[in-house]
Amino acid sequence: MDLIRLERVSHAFDAAHPVLDGVDFALNAGERVALLGANGTGKTTLLHVMVGLIRPRAGSVHAFGRERRAEADFVEVRAKAGLLFQDADDQLFCPTVAEDVAFGPLNLGRSKAEAREIVRDVLERLGLGALENRVTHKLSGGQKRLVSLAAVLAMEPEALLLDEPTNALDEATRERLTDILAGLPQAMVIVSHDREVVERLATRRVTLANGTLA
Amino acid sequence: MSLVERLDPRTRLIAALLFALAEVLAPSLAAQGVGLLLAVTAALVARLPLGATLRRLLGLEGFMLLVLVMLPFTVPGHPLFSLWGLSGSEEGLRQAAGIAIKANAVAVALFALVGSMEAPVMGRALTRLGVSGRFVHLFLFTTRYLSVLEDEYRRLRLAMRARAFRPTTGLHCWRSIGYLFGMLMVRSLERAERIDAAMRCRGFTGRFPSLDDESRTGPGRLDLGFGAASAAGLALVIAVGVAWT
Repeated sequence: MDLIRLERVSHAFDAAHPVLDGVDFALNAGERVALLGANGTGKTTLLHVMVGLIRPRAGSVHAFGRERRAEADFVEVRAKAGLLFQDADDQLFCPTVAEDVAFGPLNLGRSKAEAREIVRDVLERLGLGALENRVTHKLSGGQKRLVSLAAVLAMEPEALLLDEPTNALDEATRERLTDILAGLPQAMVIVSHDREVVERLATRRVTLANGTLA
Repeated sequence: MSLVERLDPRTRLIAALLFALAEVLAPSLAAQGVGLLLAVTAALVARLPLGATLRRLLGLEGFMLLVLVMLPFTVPGHPLFSLWGLSGSEEGLRQAAGIAIKANAVAVALFALVGSMEAPVMGRALTRLGVSGRFVHLFLFTTRYLSVLEDEYRRLRLAMRARAFRPTTGLHCWRSIGYLFGMLMVRSLERAERIDAAMRCRGFTGRFPSLDDESRTGPGRLDLGFGAASAAGLALVIAVGVAWT
C-alpha cells in the first residue's frame, strides 16, 4: 500500500529547462527512501510537489488514498506527510518553542490543553524538554533543527519528508538526530548528501538526474 | 527581580502610554520637569543600569542635537544672547529646553517600563489589551526575523569585504551598495515565501491559533498600587502644568 504516489510528474520553472520530466515515484508504508542527486536536480522541488507547495505542470499526485489536485486537498496531505525544511529558521516563526511546536496541533483542531500535552510529550521524547519556554531565534543551529523536527512530529504524521536533515550540523547533533530518525516508525523520504546518514537509515535509494528518477 | 518586572506587562504598557501622553501634552517647563523626575524615579525603581541607559540616551541626544541648537536662532522673539552676530531668542531657548526634557523623560520612562520586556510577552500583553491581531503578528514577525535579516546583511557585507570592497565615494561603491540592498530584498522575499510554505505545511489556513490561557485575571495588588502611584504622579504633572501657565 503506497502512502504517496507520483505519476508522470513534470515541472519547469522556466520552459527551456524542465526540472522534473516524467517522474514516477511511490513511497510505501515502512520504507525509508533516500532521494539522491546532484545540487539543483530538483530534489527539493519533488518534496514540495508531494505536499502541494508546488503544483506540477503535468502528471498527478496521489496521497493517502486519493488523487490530490487543489490547495484544499493538500491541507490534509500536509498534516499526514510532515515536511522538514532545509533551513530551520524558515520553520520556526513563533516566539517560543512551545508555541511553535503547538502551532500544527492547534491548526489541526486540537484543544489548548491537548496541544500543551503534545508539546510536552514530543519535546520530552526528543530530549528537548528544557527548551520548552525558550525564545526560538536565540536557539543554536542544532537546537533549531531538533525543535523543527519536534514541530513536525507534533502533528503525528504518517510519513516524513526530510530535506537535508543533517546539513550543517555538528558531529554530536548529527549523531543525535540520526539516532532519533532511526527510532521513528514513520515512512520517510530523505534528501541527503550525507553518506553515513543514507547508509544508516535508507531501505531503498533512488537518484534524480536529468529530470527523471533511476 | 525589580518591582517593575513583577508588574503585569499590561500595567507597564498602559503606564508608559499614559506617561508619554501626559508628558508630551504638559504645557510648561515646570510640569515637564516634574515629569522628568517621575521618569527618573521609575528608572530607579526598575534598577536600570546607569552606564547602558546613558549610552542609549546619547543616541537620542545625537539625533536631536541639530534641532536643539538651531531653535534659539530660528524662533523669533525676545533676544536673550548673541553668538557670531546671530541673536538667540528666549522663546526659542524655551522650546529647545522643552523638547529636550520631554524626549528624555519619555525615553527614560520607556526604558524603565517596557525596555526589559521580551517581545513575546509584549505581543501577548498587546493582544490582551485589545490591539488588533494583525498588528501584533506583524510586530512579532518583525522581531523574529529582524535578527535573521541582519545576519543575512552581515554575511553579504562580509563577503564584500572579503573581496576587498571598501566604501568610497564613486559609482562602483554606490552600485555595489545598491546590489547589496537589492539582494537583501530578494532574499527577504524568498524567505517570506519559504516561511509561508512552512506554515502551510503545518496546517495554517489564515488564522493564528494561540496557546495562551484566556483566563481573565484582573490586576493584582501590586498593579493597583503601581497604578495609584502613577496616577498620583501624573496628577502632579497636570497640576503643576495648570498652576504655572
